[in-house]
Amino acid sequence: MSHPVATRPSVVVFAWLVVLTALTVGAAHVDLGYPGGVVVALAIAVAKATLVGLWFMHLKYETRIYHAVALFPVVLFCILACAMVPDVVYGSF
Amino acid sequence: MYQPVAVAAGDHAQAHESEHEVSKFGMWLFLASEVMFFAAFIAAYVVLRAHSRGAFAEAARELNVVLAAVNTLALITSSLTMVLAVGAAQRGDRRGTVRGLAATIALGCVFLVIKYFEYSAKFHHGIYPSTNAFFGCYFLLTGFHGLHVLAGIIALSILLVVASRGVFRDGYYTPVECTGLYWHLVDVVWIFLFPILYLLH
Repeated sequence: MSHPVATRPSVVVFAWLVVLTALTVGAAHVDLGYPGGVVVALAIAVAKATLVGLWFMHLKYETRIYHAVALFPVVLFCILACAMVPDVVYGSF
Repeated sequence: MYQPVAVAAGDHAQAHESEHEVSKFGMWLFLASEVMFFAAFIAAYVVLRAHSRGAFAEAARELNVVLAAVNTLALITSSLTMVLAVGAAQRGDRRGTVRGLAATIALGCVFLVIKYFEYSAKFHHGIYPSTNAFFGCYFLLTGFHGLHVLAGIIALSILLVVASRGVFRDGYYTPVECTGLYWHLVDVVWIFLFPILYLLH
């Protein structure tokens, strides 16, 4: 059987997710300039997604093969992001 | 005479365990493909935004941040109730499983109802997917995400009926676990859509 779900840590993770949501809404009201605002918003989103992945989807207790499957689309997205650089920087259309 | 029975029982438990692993792994592969589905649209949004940042920021101000924040809380809370449902199913706690699933479904419905009001407000103000590139992306991303929430609600409702019959006991809870993984992914997608659509001005 997989790792048993414990109620307490789940509630703690939930509380963190609420705090981070409040933080990202708050940060949106502060002028952090460009790209500061984007970086902060994405960093908070990545932190929240990591919490959900590790604890709620219990990647924390899974074997490496699950970590690989979970990270695979992240790697693909980074490759896609690199391919987008010319479009974003030079404006090819 | 006793031995074959014991072996059969052991095999059964082992088959149980490997069925659980195979189902879960299959769900994770599906989730990886789901991430790429949304990644393609998000990539399109990034490129379009890079070309008209001012217009995108202007258009994003039309969106209702308060409603979206409430929706974010609804999905985060639904992820917690989903985790509690999985935990209850693991323990063979039928009432706990049913309660957790029902709460998750209810919160998913709250999300969709709020989304409905957001959409109708936009239509009322004459804002459609064809209005500009930002709203094209907005309706595409939130529309597909909303369909995923709807699919999750349908899956959870079927699970609720199954769970109420007391099927999930003696360590058997694979469908609850796999549907839970899907539901959490839908939450993760929204965790990214919320800032990139509503908060970047």
